[in-house]
Amino acid sequence: MSHVIEMIGIRKEFPGIVANDDITLQVEEGEIHAILGENGAGKSTLMSILFGLYHADKGVIKVRGKEVHISSPNDAFDLGIGMVHQHFQLVHNFTVAENIILGKEGGFVYDIKSASKKIKEISDRYGLSIDSDMVIEEITVGMQQRVEILKMLYRDADILIFDEPTAVLTPQEIDELMQIMRNLAAEGKSIILITHKLDEIKAVAERCTIIRRGKLIDVVDVKSTSAEDMAALMVGHPVSFKVEKDEAKVGETVLEIKNLNVLNNKKVLGVKDFSLSIRRGEIVGIAGVDGNGQSELVEALSGLRKVESGEIYFNGKEITNSSIQERNEMGLGHIPEDRQKRGLILPAPLSTNFVIKEFYKEPYSRRGILNFGKIEEYGEKIINKFDVRSGEGIQSPAGTLSGGNQQKAIIGREIEADPELLIAVQPTRGLDVGAIEFIHKELVKERDNGKAVLLVSFELDEIFNLSDRIAVMNAGRLIDIVYTKDTDEHAVGLMMAGIKKEERSEV
Amino acid sequence: MEVWSVITSIIPAAIAYTMPLLMGALGGLYSERSGVTNLCIEGLMLTGCFASATVTYLMQSAGIGYNLAIVCGIVAAMLAGALLSVLHAFAAINLKSNQVISGTAINMLATALTLFLAQTITGSGNVTVLRGIIRQDIPLLSKIPIIGPLLFTRTYWTTWICLLIWVVSFFLLYKTSFGLRLRACGEHPSAVASAGINVHKMRYIGVILSGLLSGLGGACILATYAGEYNSTSGINGLGFLAIAALIFGQWKPLGILASTFFFGICMTIANMGRVIPVFQGIPTGYLGLFPYVATLIALVLSSKKSAAPIASGEPF
Amino acid sequence: MKSKVANKPLEARKASPLLVSLSAVFLGIVAGAILIAMIGKNPIAGFDRIIFGALSNVRRVGNTLGMSTQLILIGLSVAFAFKTGLFNIGASGQMLMGGITGSILAYYLPLSMPRPLYLLIIILSSGLVGALWGFISGFLKAKFNVHEVVSTIMLNWTAYWLVYDWIQRFIVDPTIVVKSKPIEQAHTLRAGWLTDITNFSTLNYGFFLAVIACVIIWFILDKTTVGFRLKAVGSNRFCAEYAGIKVNRSIMISMAVAGALAGLAGLTYYCGYSNIMEMGKMPNEGFDGIAVALLGNCSPVGVFFSAIFFGILKMGRGSLAATGIPTEIADTIIATIIYFTATNVILANFWNGRFKKSFERKEEAIAIALSNQGRSGEDISSLSKEERRNLVKLGMPELKEKRKNEKNNKEAK
Repeated sequence: MSHVIEMIGIRKEFPGIVANDDITLQVEEGEIHAILGENGAGKSTLMSILFGLYHADKGVIKVRGKEVHISSPNDAFDLGIGMVHQHFQLVHNFTVAENIILGKEGGFVYDIKSASKKIKEISDRYGLSIDSDMVIEEITVGMQQRVEILKMLYRDADILIFDEPTAVLTPQEIDELMQIMRNLAAEGKSIILITHKLDEIKAVAERCTIIRRGKLIDVVDVKSTSAEDMAALMVGHPVSFKVEKDEAKVGETVLEIKNLNVLNNKKVLGVKDFSLSIRRGEIVGIAGVDGNGQSELVEALSGLRKVESGEIYFNGKEITNSSIQERNEMGLGHIPEDRQKRGLILPAPLSTNFVIKEFYKEPYSRRGILNFGKIEEYGEKIINKFDVRSGEGIQSPAGTLSGGNQQKAIIGREIEADPELLIAVQPTRGLDVGAIEFIHKELVKERDNGKAVLLVSFELDEIFNLSDRIAVMNAGRLIDIVYTKDTDEHAVGLMMAGIKKEERSEV
Repeated sequence: MEVWSVITSIIPAAIAYTMPLLMGALGGLYSERSGVTNLCIEGLMLTGCFASATVTYLMQSAGIGYNLAIVCGIVAAMLAGALLSVLHAFAAINLKSNQVISGTAINMLATALTLFLAQTITGSGNVTVLRGIIRQDIPLLSKIPIIGPLLFTRTYWTTWICLLIWVVSFFLLYKTSFGLRLRACGEHPSAVASAGINVHKMRYIGVILSGLLSGLGGACILATYAGEYNSTSGINGLGFLAIAALIFGQWKPLGILASTFFFGICMTIANMGRVIPVFQGIPTGYLGLFPYVATLIALVLSSKKSAAPIASGEPF
Repeated sequence: MKSKVANKPLEARKASPLLVSLSAVFLGIVAGAILIAMIGKNPIAGFDRIIFGALSNVRRVGNTLGMSTQLILIGLSVAFAFKTGLFNIGASGQMLMGGITGSILAYYLPLSMPRPLYLLIIILSSGLVGALWGFISGFLKAKFNVHEVVSTIMLNWTAYWLVYDWIQRFIVDPTIVVKSKPIEQAHTLRAGWLTDITNFSTLNYGFFLAVIACVIIWFILDKTTVGFRLKAVGSNRFCAEYAGIKVNRSIMISMAVAGALAGLAGLTYYCGYSNIMEMGKMPNEGFDGIAVALLGNCSPVGVFFSAIFFGILKMGRGSLAATGIPTEIADTIIATIIYFTATNVILANFWNGRFKKSFERKEEAIAIALSNQGRSGEDISSLSKEERRNLVKLGMPELKEKRKNEKNNKEAK
């Protein structure tokens, strides 16, 4: 067997953390090789080293048997290595063709026409169906990903790295991607697939390298290893991804949304004629691919975005045009999508972050004067109750905490404020299994305490694990709302692509 | 035909006032498109004005040809601007400092340093050149009706250089791999890095180009209508007008050509108001504040749609 | 209740803002010295003159404090805006507006008015007009997203021309047409007793106004809900918005307060420190205030001390004439200091690097000392401070010896 890629004894240290510790990876020619690990296990670091974005402190890289030094992406391109990044590396206001040729324009004054022709040839050959004159911000996420793939193929790469490629795709788009990967492998390309999703590995990969906390754990044959065994190797102990919860005991309606229309940043309707109601004691999950109006919906509910038309009622009172502060006071909690941008003031201490919504109320202040004693007391209470770990307790700047602890701090703040409705957007993104379990338990606890929870997530597993009902969004519309127990991932996937049940039966 | 005579006296002057602004704004365009916010256009232009004044003055006093002295002055201005812009580039790109503060520091440094040197060289705060550029009619073209008297009469040769630079910049930005890469750096630097291009290098080029062009703009001020480096008024906030023109022109070459010309007309009205009959009744002070208030109004009007490069001001 | 602290290893200390500021000052002075040397003068003599000019007798000290008065107020103005994430480089214009308000009132209000009432009126009016001038920038930022740096500069020049016109129109001195008529002593902020004890210096009531402003601003920023809101907006406006704080209102309030402080600076400058206004003169102090704020790390206490420092530079430079060094050297030093404050990363990294090195040396020394005592393997972080210090002392000689040998070996090779 010839190894097309060998990374031997790779070590990479960042200030305060060993991201890769003596990791060895061997990829055979023409295979699809998966790298499995939790968020933060060191997969991306390893691939960044292979792609020339980082330099290993120790270790050897061999490509096609020859030892090489890869010090920049250019070296990687020259060796035929290409990478599809998790966060697409595309310039939003450039055309597809401009994005593809960027860095390989072929001359100071470039010829976009002949480049477009070559792009079309490649696109046809692998069945990618891309129009090279379209501007990136006008095409779908799935198409953007195919542009990324084209970028590699345009550079004649035959070793392709896919970094968490399915995070933003619908189940059907994922199937298409898997097919594209199989086509590529059949054409003799070698593929490295980085992921933490087992079903994808099961679907396409032949072998799988498992990493945990920067260390190589095992290399397994995918066919002969069960998903449960791989999961246990990834996490370090047997895990069940199922969340334990009892039957929902629903009460009266807390939130009622009627015919809501909301503009998005491009000044067109991002949420269209959306109606939904949420009751006490249930978790309603909103399923959909990123960018289908979920953010606009949540911002409209929390008061961050103006409503174009329609009404929102909270415990029977209309709040369509209420201020954010009024909604907070009525009992609307919100775990925001971007914890570092919206959720926390990173340079400020935790104690400040905990009272960011309450500082003007007694006992945290009186007649405009802050009471630091009470503020600190409250902070201590939250970090103890929600096990928020930090360097200097409540005095630690929020930015010094790990991602999981930052998220616990936000969840602690929102739950401790005792909301009637908790809106949680992507509450576990980028976290490890331990933190995910903790957060899932807390959300279910809120539900069992008779609170209403609105969960927005792009991870279908999470939606299915937690939700009592699932509302599916596509292009700003509510496609359908179904009971979790009456549906499956395939059906929801079709709805996420905009196809409704009745329409399907007609086809 | 009194209106016509007013127009023929305003437009050539407005063109002269436009060129320094255009160079400053174009410089800002390169810098911001590469992803570095550049608020030190004012300082760079001032430095250019001072450097060209000093070199031109010294050479003219030494009896070297007037025009050669002016050319050398312009080259010196561009070099001085570029040199100072490296300070901003270093702070913004390598040290990832607050680009607004760094720009302000450089503005202050330019003011203080040029004044310090002017004091050392001439003993007073001012450096006055013996002769600036002589305005000339373009043969033949100036005889064309209507546009002849407006565009080709009493022109400075620097105007044509500035316009040429504008044309070249248009081509560079939109037709070459350099332009593609530079624009990409201002929108999504990590995409550029992942394509194997050195983002820091591109940004250095962008900032240094802004230094060269702003320096040239400063030299134009000197060699055309000002004739001196004046320590008390400096360049009256022209560099900030150039930044406003960049915003008003939506970070596009054609847009900034139009917006700088608009500000050029405002400047003409402010400076020549007293000799134009229509504006004679207005007090000097109110004429003087006209361009700045016009700028504020222009900024308010263009506020709704901002085409600013997304990554401008973001360290990488 | 003891808070939960993750088991954190001991760390080298980090550079404090004060150390970074002092380093910037040091580098600014070095740059100034180099410049002076470059034009063939003696830097030591230059700095000696500056100190002499600023501090050598009561009168000079009084003048320095008089100069520092507006720097404190402008520094506070810039610092206050900065805490809300805004960069107020329009202090010059706000100063001019505050100054012209004070000057016009001083000209037209009757001298027979009771002085406390008169002072109250001019203080409130100049503060208010300055606040209005700052508020315009805040309003444009909040409602139209016009960058405050550009708008404040435009407003600086607008103020410049307005004042140009108004001096001529309302308060011109008929004998010198480019200046305003000097204000009567009784209508300035000067006080007889201050003038007496400082031998006719420029020190005036404005200084106390500035000190009081420092205390009030400190209190607002650190102790009140208003300050909490403003700082939240300044450090993360998206989070502040999410938490229900009205971001646009905070921006307008912050710019108005900043404008008011700068307006007061204008009052102390034109109706206290000086008693005339000149046409066509942009006050440089508006920009010096940026340096004051940055060097003072935007804290009111820091602003106070850095304003005094810059006051010394600006006052002392007057005595440079005898040495032949251009007085602009002071401004060059100030600008260099801001550049180094802006690029404070480089200074912080320098100090952090040094601290880390010394920390690692100490760790090594402790390890040696412990192994000598047969306690190797003991957790260093469990030792008390006292114990650590003693162990460093014990281990250091051996470590030095070891280093020396290593060096010798290398050279031998």
